[in-house]
Amino acid sequence: MNIQEMILTLQTYWSRQNCILLQAYDVEKGAGTMSPMTLLRSLGPEPWNAAYVEPSRRPDDGRYGQNPNRLYQHHQFQVVMKPSPPNIQELYLKSLEALGIDPLRHDIRFVEDNWENPTLGAAGLGWEVWLDGMEITQFTYFQQIGGLEAKPVTVELTYGIERLASYIQDKDDVFDLEWTEGVTVRDIFFQPEYEHSKYTFEESNTDMLFELFNKFEQEARETMEKGLVFPAYDYVLKCSHTFNLLDAKGVISVTERTGYISKIRSLARNIAKAYVAEREKLGFPMLKEEVSE
Amino acid sequence: MKDVLFEIGLEEMPARFMNEAEQQLKEKTEAWLKEERIAYKRVTAYQSPRRLAVLISEIAPEQATIEEEMKGPAAKIAKDEAGNWTKAAIGFTKGQGASTEDLYTKEIKGVSYLFVKKRVEGRPTRDVLPAFKEIITHMQFGKNMRWGSETLRYARPIRWLVALYGQDVIPFEIAQVTTSNVTFGHRFLGGEVKIAEPGDYENLLRGQYVIPVFSERRDLIIEQIKVIEQEHGCSVPIDEALLEEVTNLVEYPTAFIGSFADGYLEIPDEVLITSMKEHQRYFPVLSEDGKLLPRFIAVRNGDSAHIDTVKKGNEKVLNARLSDARFFYEEDRKGSIRTYMDKLERVVFQEKLGTYHAKAKRVANLAKKIAELAGLDSDAAAKTEHAAYISKFDLVTNMVGEFTELEGIMGEKYALHFGEEPDVAQAIREHYLPVQANGDLPASDIGAAVAIADKLDTISGTIAAGLIPSGSQDPYGLRRQAAGILRILEDRNWDAAVETLIASALDILYAEVAGLSDQAKASEEVGQFIRQRAFYLLREQNIEQDVIQAVAGLEIGIFSYAVKKAAVLAQKRQDPEFKQVEEALVRVLNIAKSDPGHAVEPEWFATESEKALYEQAQTAEKEFVRYQHAKEEHKALEVLASLAPAIEQFFDNNMVMADDEKLKQNRLALLWHVAGLIRSYADLSAIEWKQQF
Repeated sequence: MNIQEMILTLQTYWSRQNCILLQAYDVEKGAGTMSPMTLLRSLGPEPWNAAYVEPSRRPDDGRYGQNPNRLYQHHQFQVVMKPSPPNIQELYLKSLEALGIDPLRHDIRFVEDNWENPTLGAAGLGWEVWLDGMEITQFTYFQQIGGLEAKPVTVELTYGIERLASYIQDKDDVFDLEWTEGVTVRDIFFQPEYEHSKYTFEESNTDMLFELFNKFEQEARETMEKGLVFPAYDYVLKCSHTFNLLDAKGVISVTERTGYISKIRSLARNIAKAYVAEREKLGFPMLKEEVSE
Repeated sequence: MKDVLFEIGLEEMPARFMNEAEQQLKEKTEAWLKEERIAYKRVTAYQSPRRLAVLISEIAPEQATIEEEMKGPAAKIAKDEAGNWTKAAIGFTKGQGASTEDLYTKEIKGVSYLFVKKRVEGRPTRDVLPAFKEIITHMQFGKNMRWGSETLRYARPIRWLVALYGQDVIPFEIAQVTTSNVTFGHRFLGGEVKIAEPGDYENLLRGQYVIPVFSERRDLIIEQIKVIEQEHGCSVPIDEALLEEVTNLVEYPTAFIGSFADGYLEIPDEVLITSMKEHQRYFPVLSEDGKLLPRFIAVRNGDSAHIDTVKKGNEKVLNARLSDARFFYEEDRKGSIRTYMDKLERVVFQEKLGTYHAKAKRVANLAKKIAELAGLDSDAAAKTEHAAYISKFDLVTNMVGEFTELEGIMGEKYALHFGEEPDVAQAIREHYLPVQANGDLPASDIGAAVAIADKLDTISGTIAAGLIPSGSQDPYGLRRQAAGILRILEDRNWDAAVETLIASALDILYAEVAGLSDQAKASEEVGQFIRQRAFYLLREQNIEQDVIQAVAGLEIGIFSYAVKKAAVLAQKRQDPEFKQVEEALVRVLNIAKSDPGHAVEPEWFATESEKALYEQAQTAEKEFVRYQHAKEEHKALEVLASLAPAIEQFFDNNMVMADDEKLKQNRLALLWHVAGLIRSYADLSAIEWKQQF
C-alpha cells in the first residue's frame, strides 16, 4: 500500500466514525497537536471529532536528505475525538486492519507513554503503540491544555505516516517509500529536504528572523487583546516556528532561550483561556447542536 | 458456600503499577471483609495488563452477628438518692433499644460506667457485596487520569466490570460501566466469554490466552529463554527489573530470538545494551564466554503463530535504531573536546547559575582545591582540575542526546578516543557516581575529587539560587548527591572537613555568579542540608540521635572521623567507668557557653588548682591536636579524659563567679579554652548518658 492509499484509507475509515475530515492547517507547525483544530478545539465542553493529515516541520531534524529516518518535514495523520469514546482502542485497531495490518500476524502493544508540552501548558496520559516493536502511533488522553483542565477529555491519535509506511512497504530508507504509483518520497521531498536543511543551518537571515519573532509576538498579543483568538493563535504558531528556525541554527543564547519559550507559553495560555471565554459568549454552539439532535 | 469474583477490565495499565496494584487489591479486600465481618476461606488476586481481579473463595452467606458493648453515662449519675434510675440512665437505654434491666456496670480507669450489650445482626452477604464498589474506586495508582466525560480518576479507563456472587451478578456501576458476568480474553487471540462461576475464572482466561498470574507469566518467560539458550548455545543474563516490566506488558508471553547486523558490534556494548533494554525491552544475548552477540530476545504478547513476521519487524526496528547509533558514534568522534566545550556555552545548567560551561569552570576550580585538601600529588591534582573542566563535554554529543543514560559512559570512551589520559577519562565516567543511594563509588582519587566537586557545586548553587528541596520535592536529587559526597569522603578517608569544602564551593560560586541569596545565609543552609544527610547516614549505621547530635550537630568536620567518634561515644555512654569523666567535661561545657572575649592571663591565677588545670590543658592540647589530626578517636578522647581530675579540683577549689571581676573573667576564659578542646571533639553535652541504668 503506498502512502497516498494509506491516507485515503485512514480518511475513509475515520470519516465513517463521524470525524470531520479537515485539510492540513496552513501555518507552519512542529506537530499535528499544535493545529488549532486540535489544540483549541480540545478546550471547553463542546464535542469535537476530526481527522486530518498534518505536515510537521522540525527544523532541528533536518539532515539534508541524507538520513534514512529523519526529516525536516514529516507527515502525521491526526485523529481527535472529544469526549473520548469508550471503544476508542477498538476503533484504532480496526483502522490498522483497514491498512492491512492483521493483528493476529503481528505483535501490537500499548506501552505506557505520557506526553507533556510545557510550552503549550499541555499534558496527557496514554501509550505509544508498538507494531512488532516499532512505535507507530502516539495515543493520548489529554488531561490539560493551555494550563486548563481538559473536560471532557479529548483523545488524540497521531499516526507517524512515514514510520508506518516504512513498515507496510518494508523499506529501510524513508526516501524509497512509494507515495503513489511510480512516485517516491524522494521524487517529491528530497529537494525541499536538502534546501530547507541548507537554509535552516546555513543561509537563513538571522536578523530578519529575530525581527519577525518580535513582530509576531507583538501582533499575537495585540490581536488577542481584541478578542480575536484564531488570528492571535496563528501568530503564536509563527512565533514557535521562527523560534525553531533560530534555535536549530544555534543563534539563541541561553538567557534569550528561556525568555522566548516563556513568551510563547504565556501567549498560548492566555489564548486557551480566551478561546473558552469566546466560545462561552457564543453559547458553546456545537454543544447545542448535539443536544437538539 | 459460594465464591465471589470482582474483575476490573482496563485499557492497558502501565506495567510499573501492576504488581503493587494487585497486592493493594488483595489487602483492601481482606481488610474490607474483616470490617464487614464476613468470613471466607481465601482471597486470591489476579492481574494482567488489561485486568485486576480478586476471587474470594467460600464466602459466608451472611455477616457475623455480634454483641457489642455500648458505654453509657457514669454509674454515679445513674441513680437518684431514692435508688431510682435517673433520666440519664433511662435515656441511654432507650437510645440503645434496651431496657434498664439490661444495664450493668464496668470500670474504666477507676470510674464505673453503665453498659448495655447490643446485638448487631449480620446482614446477608448478598446485600453487603454491592458496597465493594468503594474498594474498586478507591484503588490508588502512581498516576491517575480522566477519560470521556467521567470525573473518576484511575490508572487507565475502566472498560468492563465483572462482579459475581456465585452465579449471580452483583449490581453496581462505575463511570457508566455496569457490572456483568462477561469478561474479555486476549485482545486478539481471545474473545468475549461468560463466567458461569467465580471459581472458573482462572481456567476460563487461560483458554482465552490470558495468564492472569504474574509469577506464572514470569516463570514461563524464564523457561522459554532457557530453551533458547540451549538451542543457540548462548547465555542470557536476566535483568530482574526488565523481566518484571516485560512480564507486565503481556497477557500470554512467547519469547523469541532475533538478530541484528554483525557490523553494529563495533558500537560500544553499552550503547547496544541500552538500545535493546531501555528502548525495545529486549534481553541482550551473550556468547558462552560472555561476549555480546548480535542477537536479542524479545517477548511477544501472543502465541508463536506468524512469529517470523514479528521477529522480522523487531529486527528491522532494532537495525534502524543501531544505524542511528552508529551514525552518532561516527559523527561524535569527528568532533573534539574543544568543540563540545564550546557548545556547552549554549546549554543552561540552571537559569540563575548559568551554562554548563560556567559550571565546568567552577567545578574545575573546586576540584583543584579538593585535590589539595586530599593531599593528592601535583600530577594527580592537575589531572583532577582538567577532568573536572571537561567532565560534562559528552552532554552535547549526539549519542548522549539520544541515550541520556549513557552520560559519563560515552564521555570516558570519547575522551580516550580524543587522546585524554586513561585516568582522566575514567574520572569523567566516575564523577556521576554514586548513581543510587547505595550504588558504587568512584574507584579513583581523581574520579572521587571530581564527583565531590560536581555535586557540591550543584547543591551549593541550587540552594543559593533559592531552590532548597522541601518534603518530597527534590527535583535535582540533591539529597542523594549530598549523601554521595559524604560516602565518597568516608570511603577515601580524606582529611577534608565538610565545612571547609562548603566554604570553598561558595567562595568560588559567589565570585562568579551574581543575583544569589546572601552568602552567609547560603552557607548556613548548605551546611544544615548536608548535616541532615550526615544524620541520615549515621542513623543507618544504628547510631542513636543524641550521639549523632554530639558529633555532627554543630559541624561535621571530617566525616570519616565523625563516624569513628560516634562509635566510641556510643560505647562510652554505656560505660560506668566513664561517668566521672563525662560529668567533669560536661560541667565545663555547661558553664562555658559563650566566648568571654579575651585570652587567659596566667599571671592572674590566684589558686594552685586553676593554675594546674591551665598547665595540664596546655600540655594536653598539643597531644590532643596531634591525635585529632591523626584521627585517633580513642587516644584523643583519652587525652580529654585525662583532664577530668584537674577539672574536678578546679571546681572544688574555685568560685568561677568570683566577686573579683578580674578573677571571674580569667576563670571563664580558662574554661572557655578547655571547652573549645572538648567541643572540637564532640558536643558531649548533647549526649544522654546512660551509665546509671
